[in-house]
Amino acid sequence: MREVNTKKITEVVRKMCIDSNYYLTEDVLKALDEGEKKEESPVGKEVFQQLKENIRIAREEQVAICQDTGLAVVFVELGQEVQIVGGDFNEAIHEGVRQGYKDGYLRKSSCHPFTRVNTKDNTPAIIHLSLVPGDKIKIVLAPKGGGAENMSMVAMLSPSEGIEGVKNRVVEWVKQSGSNPCPPVVVGVGVGGTFEEVALTAKKALLRPLGQKNPDPQLAAMEEELLTRVNNLGIGPQGLGGRITALAVNVELIPCHIASFPMAVNLNCHAHRHQEAVI
Amino acid sequence: MSQEIRLKTPLTDADVEKLKAGDKVLITGVIYTGRDAAHKRLFDLLKEGKPLPIDLKGQIIYYVGPAPAKPGHPYGSAGPTTSGRMDAYSPKLMEIGLKGMIGKGMRKKEVIEAMKKYKAVYLAATGGAGALLAKAVKKAETVAYEDLGPEAISRLEVVDFPAIVVNDTKGSDLYQQGMEQYAR
Repeated sequence: MREVNTKKITEVVRKMCIDSNYYLTEDVLKALDEGEKKEESPVGKEVFQQLKENIRIAREEQVAICQDTGLAVVFVELGQEVQIVGGDFNEAIHEGVRQGYKDGYLRKSSCHPFTRVNTKDNTPAIIHLSLVPGDKIKIVLAPKGGGAENMSMVAMLSPSEGIEGVKNRVVEWVKQSGSNPCPPVVVGVGVGGTFEEVALTAKKALLRPLGQKNPDPQLAAMEEELLTRVNNLGIGPQGLGGRITALAVNVELIPCHIASFPMAVNLNCHAHRHQEAVI
Repeated sequence: MSQEIRLKTPLTDADVEKLKAGDKVLITGVIYTGRDAAHKRLFDLLKEGKPLPIDLKGQIIYYVGPAPAKPGHPYGSAGPTTSGRMDAYSPKLMEIGLKGMIGKGMRKKEVIEAMKKYKAVYLAATGGAGALLAKAVKKAETVAYEDLGPEAISRLEVVDFPAIVVNDTKGSDLYQQGMEQYAR
């Protein structure tokens, strides 16, 4: 067994909270460059320029790209040969979030659903843990803003609706969401599983690097068709009209019950933030 | 054709009536921040017939909950939040003289109707451009509901704050127009 101290986990999570909110990854920067080139609407082009200038300011001044620094969604792949020492594993992650959001001057956006009273330290983090072979811990941290997260859906379709049913609903959903999720968006689509698993699958689809297609040719073709159809809606950057409504559509599929056909859509804004670390 | 217009707050009926959907504006002067929780409190006070902590006549409310300011910065990252959540409260605020709202995302039909009736406009700032938009804020001061943290009402002094007119006093909607122009 390899020992990993919870202090190390806290330290890594703290840094990821800050870095993910200050810097975007290369794939996102590239997608924004390409989007700007393809955009035909003058206002849309201007939005792309503002977004790029915003990214530059955030990087240089080390401030948050967007004031909505989100809830900290943390995916952990824990190697089964790792022994956690030094304390409570979940608490180590929450403490990393607490420190990162304080030290990085990030907004605390977590509150009680009824009273709306803020927890004041952006905890609890949303933790998704899976056990995997090996002696490493892989952590992906994706701050998720409320504007895009609010434009999420889960539907339990009839199997008779088939792949076309899923495609039509994705396009209709992006259309309805309009300017709300801060387009250009990234569209995460989950198909299959159960009610709760399909939502998680849609969220995981957002973690795949932009520009990387699904290895399954049928799903890769579906992604391409959906991207074209979504961009043909004309919503454009910030919903002000234009060619680029989405930077990418990522679809993930898992088997489902013979009676079921679940699907989910999770949107992310152009501030498509995530960081990855391996301990 | 769209035009670029400099706006100075507070705004008069004449200031807002000349604005058309699609116009780019640069706002200079005082604007107030307010989002979900602050709107609910203002709305409840009006319902009870009590005075508000700020005078909204001729003013603009910016739907924003900023990130904390770093030392040496007048304000933290401050892009707009989704405006639709304020739809239930906005017509009442326009009725007492609110002239402008800055946010992002679509407004309900009733809100667009209220803009026609009370002469007010809805402006969009670029969502997610928080670091860039904070540059236009020269001074910030919390004036009400400090207990709400990022949702408190602040008085911002802004210079050339960039926005675009989405809904004007004639009922036009840039989101609708833009989409129709580029859909295929």
